[in-house]
Amino acid sequence: MKNVKTIQETEAAIIDSFSLFDSWDDKYEYIIDLGKKLPALDEKHKTEENKVRGCQSTVWLTADYKDGRVYFSADSDAVIVKGLISMLISVLSGHTPQEIIDAPLDFIREIGMTTHLAQTRSNGLRAMVKQMKHYALAFQAMRQHSINDHGNRRTETKSH
Amino acid sequence: MITTATIPVFDVYALRKQFPVLEREVKGKPLIYLDNAATSQKPAVVIDALVQYYTGYNANIHRGIHTLAEEATAAFEATRETAKHFIHAAGREEIIFTRGTTEGINLVAYTWGRANVGKGDEIIISAMEHHSNIVPWQILCEEKGAQLKVIPVDDAGELIMEAYEKLLSDKTRLVAITHVSNALGTVNPVKQMIRSAHKAGALVLVDGAQSTVHLDIDVQDMDCDFFVCSAHKLYGPTGVGVLYGKKHVLEAMPVFQGGGEMIKEVTFEKTTYNELPYKYEAGTPNIADTIVFKTALDFIEQTGKEQIRQHEHELLQYATAALETVPGLKIIGRAKEKTSLVSFVIDKVHPQDIGILLDNKGIAVRTGHHCAQPLMQRYGIPGTIRASFAAYNTKEEIDELLLGLEKSIKLLV
Ligand SMILES: Cc1ncc(COP(=O)(O)O)c(C=O)c1O
Repeated sequence: MKNVKTIQETEAAIIDSFSLFDSWDDKYEYIIDLGKKLPALDEKHKTEENKVRGCQSTVWLTADYKDGRVYFSADSDAVIVKGLISMLISVLSGHTPQEIIDAPLDFIREIGMTTHLAQTRSNGLRAMVKQMKHYALAFQAMRQHSINDHGNRRTETKSH
Repeated sequence: MITTATIPVFDVYALRKQFPVLEREVKGKPLIYLDNAATSQKPAVVIDALVQYYTGYNANIHRGIHTLAEEATAAFEATRETAKHFIHAAGREEIIFTRGTTEGINLVAYTWGRANVGKGDEIIISAMEHHSNIVPWQILCEEKGAQLKVIPVDDAGELIMEAYEKLLSDKTRLVAITHVSNALGTVNPVKQMIRSAHKAGALVLVDGAQSTVHLDIDVQDMDCDFFVCSAHKLYGPTGVGVLYGKKHVLEAMPVFQGGGEMIKEVTFEKTTYNELPYKYEAGTPNIADTIVFKTALDFIEQTGKEQIRQHEHELLQYATAALETVPGLKIIGRAKEKTSLVSFVIDKVHPQDIGILLDNKGIAVRTGHHCAQPLMQRYGIPGTIRASFAAYNTKEEIDELLLGLEKSIKLLV
């Protein structure tokens, strides 16, 4: 399913909903709720390979590439992290690798969640964002590789 | 006639006023700092002493003959004298300044360890060690073909002494053991353990990172061969620690780092080394923080070690009783002898979530594995929530912790 909203639009929508909260308690309640609602990742995906490093809690992240778009699924044993993941997925999933690579993800700062981006080992959001962008880069590289392959073949045909 | 004792009255509210940071707010709420096992806050006298050093007599030590150098050297050496008294060492030459506990342990591993541990030898540590008292020995064992043996921990968080006695043998070169566990609060029976180790012909290093601020330390009575601690857990500055070593052991050890301060005479053919303790203090040390460390130790003495201990013990009992009332909460570490920290887990709740929500209420606790991953594996948990108390904490703060916990749990499950 193609994401109909642009990354910027989804970010703006999140910022909007957060502007309605007047206390941190409410913000966290909302994030926890998102975390609880995020569908659990199939056990078969909870592998060592899919673990995101740098988290006090465990985060598993996988990505699929279909029709030029990247689809993320993720899970965590900690619910606040799961809520943050849920937001990241809603922003990034269903977009092209290039869009994901370019996404500024300003919403994290705008909603006051930068502490979760801090350079401490206990906070996984930074590692997660990095991993999501890595997936996008990998898919991008894969695509360019196949275009190049395709191109080469064409030249070969021509020279025949 | 009745004479009143000169013991200072312990007034926690007056004491709190001496710690400027306790006046700040976090997330709009008064800070409740319960992460003292990681590092303690600093009283104004310590902060002021740093400013006084830099504004009054900053100079390099042991070398200059000018007034500032003389004053700085005297202050630096005064800390050595105070530290010597604080842990009851026999002589000032047994007090070596380091960067902290970790550096002290590494110093012993790289010097004494390299000279005295060989193939087939054994080093005994325990299942409750901080990574700082595991990894240096692992590196040494790997390098030398020696073996690391681990004293197991029981469900209550106490070392299994029979297992320890069985591990000791004529292969044992060193027992490196924590005095107090940073993750459980357990106070280990180090004196008894040292006696057994010595009988087996092994030396003992005691990791005093957690114990020095809470217990009376007497290295001579304990009879340990090495003792290490960090100033920053003693209301003092970061970047300073003490390595105590018995004089004859230190004298026989090879040097650690080479450089200035640690030499007697240098020619290109041969260098002779300085005497103890300077032999192990190469380069310009952390002069400012070492000087200020004395202020921190004096502060503890003046506040009253016994009074602090009494107060912290009350906090421990109060917190333990309060936490036990929280449904689904399980305290990890129920040793008979504990310092003032409580580690716990809560059913169906990840420690990190609790940590984030408590921070949101201005409450600082530690969550995670506490640099003791093997210990967490022993209990089959990813980590715990740890509240650790210092002299300036109050029962009201524990009440707030409880309220915060209850609210957080309600949100999370
Ligand atoms: C038991 C124990 N050992 C060693 C250390 C390491 O101390 P430092 O980081 O000051 O070197 C700590 C600090 O947390 C500790 O609690």
